[in-house]
Amino acid sequence: MSDTRIITGNEAAALAVKLVEPNVIAAYPITPQTSLAEKLSTFVEGGELRAEYVRVEGEHSALTVCISASTVGARVFTATSSNGLLYMHEQIHWAAGSRLPIVMCCVNRGVGAPWSIFNDQQDSFSQRDTGWIQIYCRDNQEIIDTIIQAYRIAEAVYIPVMVCYDGFVLSHTMMPVEIPDYGKVREFLPPYKPSVDISPENPVTVNPVFFPWRRENAEGVLCDGYMEKRYKLQDALLKSTDTIEEVSTAYGQAFGRDHGGLLWEHMTDDAEIVIVGMGSIAAEATVAADSLRKEGIRAGVVGIRVFRPFPRKAIATALKKAKVIVVFEKCMSYGCDGGVSSDIKSALYGTGIEAPMHNYIAGLGGRDVKARELADAVKETITRIDSGTEENETTWLNCHTG
Amino acid sequence: MEQRDKYISGICTPAIGEAGKTGDWSDLKPVIDHSKCIPETKGKAACFLCWLYCPDGVVTMSIPVEIDLDYCKGCGICAEECPPNAIRMVRKVECDE
Repeated sequence: MSDTRIITGNEAAALAVKLVEPNVIAAYPITPQTSLAEKLSTFVEGGELRAEYVRVEGEHSALTVCISASTVGARVFTATSSNGLLYMHEQIHWAAGSRLPIVMCCVNRGVGAPWSIFNDQQDSFSQRDTGWIQIYCRDNQEIIDTIIQAYRIAEAVYIPVMVCYDGFVLSHTMMPVEIPDYGKVREFLPPYKPSVDISPENPVTVNPVFFPWRRENAEGVLCDGYMEKRYKLQDALLKSTDTIEEVSTAYGQAFGRDHGGLLWEHMTDDAEIVIVGMGSIAAEATVAADSLRKEGIRAGVVGIRVFRPFPRKAIATALKKAKVIVVFEKCMSYGCDGGVSSDIKSALYGTGIEAPMHNYIAGLGGRDVKARELADAVKETITRIDSGTEENETTWLNCHTG
Repeated sequence: MEQRDKYISGICTPAIGEAGKTGDWSDLKPVIDHSKCIPETKGKAACFLCWLYCPDGVVTMSIPVEIDLDYCKGCGICAEECPPNAIRMVRKVECDE
């Protein structure tokens, strides 16, 4: 019998973490992640979850605790938002370089300055190049399912996974969520085995200084230099797209819900206008596409689920037939374009796809983005292109200065 | 079950000189005047502050005290801490001559 509850995104995340049974949780509360950290500490304190909950003095320490515990074979979890994530930055690189399958939730929030507690995706976007897998969720059901999948992905490829979902829009909004069965989760997720078993009988040196050149170790084996280790991370990340898709399919078979491996599509088969987004804004775009279709505009949506590794091939395939591409996003590469649109452009280079692409920055710092506004922006784009504007400067939606 | 590759991360077998012979980073090297060294003059285990303070663990707690120059980075802490000033930091080029 299915167990469906009406819960917030943070509650969905907490229930997912309870189901995967981590050995160690270390988190520091920060809005809008706070109720997730609180729920988990309640589970541990009440004996519902047998894990060590380490109370730390900040996010840098939270991730350091996870790094140490994961190194010795513990399954770990942490979560943060915004400036908390930025405070972890050094250790975020360290976790990926150490090839530790840590799973972290980033409850997306704008970063300071100036202060905002509200949603956009600048926080996790700014950690794009750290070597983590990043998956963006579009609703609360996807949050609970993605966290369970994230552990299986991370522990198969030895790369940490950041499960990102929009603050308040999802974290504090209640939706019906089907809670996966405990026994089935046990079957789906085998126990974690570290890449090297560490024990007092098998002492190791962890991350000593690496040199530019390759070098023999104490046993005379020629070992990697720094560059080889870094190449292995990139290689594993690129190959992880297969694992991510396999895990998504396997999850669908076991639990009846496949949210799309690398990306998902909504009415793209005959779409001339393809809207691209990531997270909840992409879900909102499906409502916009539906209303545009009622007006006779053949619109569809591509939702990017996995932002790193960036699904270049899948994106190019999904956009092959598009006549116009419109990207809505909540992150900005300051001094350049929106972060998502830049990556899409790079993925399309050399593919022969030359559809004009218009980029909208929307909903920064929690500014509401309605489906109606997205639909209007798409119509404005069509007007511009019809009047001969192939490419356009990035437009900041509903942003009025002066 | 996938094959585990133990060389994906920077986990190494513990060994002396995991980072190579770091002694060649130094400009200065410690030279011991054994006639002043406390354990040696007293003929018993005493002092050994050089052994205690060495950040690289290259000083032996023995009579005579020995310093492994293959891994001594020449910081001079031993010379600074030595109560009878038995250790002197000498420029390497100068010693080689």
